[in-house]
Parts: sequence; structure tokens; C-alpha cells
Amino acid sequence: MEELSELKLKVLDLLKEDARRSPALLSTLLGVDEEEVKTSIAELERDHVIVKYATVVNWGKVEDEKVTALIEVQITPERGRGFEGIAERIYLFPQVKSVYLMSGAYDLLVEVEGASLRDVANFVSEKLSPIDSVLSTKTNFILKKYKQDGIIFEERQEDNRLLISP
Amino acid sequence: MILNEQQLAENNRKSMSSYLAPRVRDIQPSGIRKFFDLVSGNKDIITLGVGEPDFVTPWHVREACVYSLERGFTGYTSNAGMPELREAIAEYLSASFQVNYDPASEMIVTVGGSEAIDLALRALIVPGDEILIPEPCYISYSPIASIGGGVPVGIETTAEHQFKLTAEALEAQITPKSKILILCYPSNPTGAIMTYEDWLPIAELVEKHDLIVISDEIYAELTYEGKHVSFASIPGMMDRTILVSGFSKAFAMTGWRMGYVCAHRDLIGAMLKIHQYTVMCAPAMGQVAALEALRHGMGEKDRMVESYNQRRRLVVSGLREIGLDCHEPQGAFYAFPSIKNTGLPSEEFAQRLLTEAKVAAVPGTAFGMGGEGFIRCSYATSIAQLNEALERMGNFVAKLK
Repeated sequence: MEELSELKLKVLDLLKEDARRSPALLSTLLGVDEEEVKTSIAELERDHVIVKYATVVNWGKVEDEKVTALIEVQITPERGRGFEGIAERIYLFPQVKSVYLMSGAYDLLVEVEGASLRDVANFVSEKLSPIDSVLSTKTNFILKKYKQDGIIFEERQEDNRLLISP
Repeated sequence: MILNEQQLAENNRKSMSSYLAPRVRDIQPSGIRKFFDLVSGNKDIITLGVGEPDFVTPWHVREACVYSLERGFTGYTSNAGMPELREAIAEYLSASFQVNYDPASEMIVTVGGSEAIDLALRALIVPGDEILIPEPCYISYSPIASIGGGVPVGIETTAEHQFKLTAEALEAQITPKSKILILCYPSNPTGAIMTYEDWLPIAELVEKHDLIVISDEIYAELTYEGKHVSFASIPGMMDRTILVSGFSKAFAMTGWRMGYVCAHRDLIGAMLKIHQYTVMCAPAMGQVAALEALRHGMGEKDRMVESYNQRRRLVVSGLREIGLDCHEPQGAFYAFPSIKNTGLPSEEFAQRLLTEAKVAAVPGTAFGMGGEGFIRCSYATSIAQLNEALERMGNFVAKLK
């Protein structure tokens, strides 16, 4: 892993807050040349440090809300490849939203999204569990998301300061 | 019918103002207050008029306070403040600003920096003393000085000198009655700072004319080009300086009212007498929060300072782009652009900006001498709001030309 320049770190911080910020705005905020900002962003994209500019959606607000489960998976690692191959087999399913290798009582934490409880249950019983090296699964359904990636979902009154103060 | 009788009774109430002490009655309401009344109730306004951080106090600080309440930490503390807090403040001041105070005898934890200023002025002023105040400045120094029987003497600072206090301007106002110099750098409202080199000639004059300095360093953490230099750290100035600071601006804790004052033990002893007879001690729960901020809040503080700095660049370049001269503010969270080229006086500009463009900013005249021709724009507001405000101001200014 390379050490990022201070400029790149600041660019990442600002884009993480709001990916729509333009290079012109970033250059003003950071007091550096716009070209420098553009170069930094291009390099971050090229090096896959910036992976994607996505939108954080509160699906709880949408009528046909999807069902999400966190599945604890115990697996037997493969000789020579460890967990990589099996992790890949799992994360290539489009309904798998995230996969983490964990320390502790299980090996992989798999986030699965489906249209219904049955949909997710089917995925577990038909796709996940039958994989040879999967020893066991434990499915935890998410009931409500309060905060994700540092972003709080609940709407709050953000500014209750007096409009004018000394 | 009943209403009428009530009204009648109301009308027949005699005026009580003749009982007031003239020195209090004669204090003018602040220009900010007038403007506040104009703004309040007005919808869709973007305000650049707020003199406090837009961050909420970091959660770990709030949580520490809640926890202490749950454990029943609700009594008085010692008059000067919790010893652990005073020790933490002493360590912090030493590490950050190279000023060393004895937490046991040279420090009081106060109800905001405001109480500290009041204590200092009350302890020092003999009626008739002249109090030197560089302006434009924070609005409360002159009224507090007057209440104590002092005579406030403004010293005009100018954009030409980045609103720094110069030795020439100071010396021109010194008389045999001059006793106290009140400093506030980084400055509200101008964003000006004073460097070590800027302080040296001021310190010489302070020594030469035997002045006491009240240095309000509440914005000390908010400097963007180099670190703040405390006046107390200038050689020979420690004993002549009453250092006032607090948690409001650096740690986003305005509503907690947590400040402190440090000075020579003789001065602190006198101030402590006033403090113990008037407020007893600063609120216990606030002190717990302040201690948490000092122990674990430096990372959050640095992040907030970086964020102000980014917005400072945005606002200064935005104001210049719409055709307003703006000196580079190097501290606090205010830009103080000149609106002279619009041909309008500050108050009229601010009022029309409010009604025609729905942007609130404070007219420079609210901050005393040298404020005419300027407005104070606080950039402690979200980037989106700042961009919108700049666009509205741009349209407004273009219309004036």
C-alpha cells in the first residue's frame, strides 16, 4: 500500500462527504491549483483508491423495501489459496452486497440483499450452504439501519443556532 | 372588556427606568441586537451572521457530561473550578502556547470568557480609568468597561494594516489615565491575528506606559497561517497580562459557557473574590465536559479547524470574485469584506442584503470604530449554504452597480 500525499487524503475526505464536489470547488477549499486536484483525482481513480462514486440510499424510505441479512459463514480454507477463492465464489453473486473476512467465531461476514425473507433464505439454502467448503451459516436479518458508512439516516434539524449572534 | 381593563392597567404602570443606575441605563443596545430583531422570523434566509461554530459539541464530550449527571455529579465544585480541570488547562496552555500558570493560584474556571472579562475589568477599574480597545472588536468590552466606571477609548485599526494593532495607533491614544488595554486576537470580527513580531512594539508600549493587558484569546485555536502567539508569552508580559480563553470556539461548546482566566496570583485572588460572591463556581457538568474535551478532543478540534480553513478559502475567494475587497483573515471564522465600492453605508447594505437577497450579515458598524464600510460574514456554515449565499450576494452587488 502506497502512502498517499496530504492533498490526496484531503481530496478523499471531501469527496467522501459529497462525491459531487467539483475539482474547481475542491481547489478553492484546499487552496491548490485546479489542475493539481484533477491530477490527484485521476491518479486515485487509476489506482483504484477511488473505486466508485455511488449514492447512499435510505431504502427504508422506499415502499418496496428490500430485505438485508448479515450471514456469518464458517468455512474450511483451501490449500494454497486460503479464503480468497471461496470469498470470490461468494461475492460474485450479485445479491451479495459485501463480504468481509473476520477474526473470531466465524470466517466470512456476508451481506445479502433480497426482495423478501424467502428470497434471502433461498439464496442461503440453495447457493451458499451447498458450497463444499462452507461448514455452517447463521443468518441475521437487519430490521432497521440507523447509520451506514458514517452517515446517519434519521433526519435531524441540523442547525438550531440563533440567526445572528455576536 | 376584561382585556381592556388589563390594557388600562398596563398603560397605567409607571415607568421604572428612573430607578436605574445611569451608567447602566445609558448603555446603548448593541447594533447586533437591532439586526437580530430584523432577521428573526424571516424565512428562507441564509445567515452569515452567526458568531459560533456550526458544529455540535463532539459526542464524546456530551456523553461524558451525561455520564457524570447519571452518576450524580451535581454539586458545587471549588470556587476556582475542579482541580483536575485547572491542571489540564495549565498543561494545555503550556504545551500549546508556551505560557505557564500555576493551576492552584493563577487560574479560575469561569462562566464563559465573558465572565472572565467582567471579572478582570471589575477587579481593576477605578472610575475614570481609561480602557484602550482596538476596534472593530467584539461588542461587549466597551459596555462592561463603562459599567465598571471606566472610560472606553477606541483605537481604530484598518484594512490597510490587516486590522492589526500598530504601535503608532496605540500610542496616539495613550494618556496618563490609560490603565488597561483589551486585546482580542485572532479577532472577531476582522479575522486579524498578531504575530510575535507584531506584538513586540506593543509590548514595549505596554511596559513604557505601565499598562495592564486583558488578552481575550478565545479564538486561539483557530489560526490558519502559523500558530497563535499568546500575548502572555511575549518576554516580560506574563505578569502584565490577564489571559482570557475558553472552550466555546475551539471545541464547539458555546452553549456550555465554559471559560477560564489566568493571571498573576494577586490579580486572580481579587477576581476570585468577585467570582465566589457572584457565581460561586462554573457549572459542574460543564467542567466535566471541558475536561473531556481537553483530554480526548484534540483530534476533533483539528478536524474542525481544517474544515473552517477550507471554508475560509471558499468565502474569501468568493467575496473577491463578486467584486468586494477582502483582506485575508488569518484567524477566527469571519471574513470582513469592504463594501465601500457599492457606495452604501454598512447598515443600509446589510439591511438591503437581508431584504433583497435574503442573506444576513452583520454591519461592521456594530463593532465600533473603523467598522463603517465593512460587513462581517461568518463562514461557520455549510459549504452548500456558503455557495448559495455567495451567489445571492453576487447578484445583489451586481444590481447595485
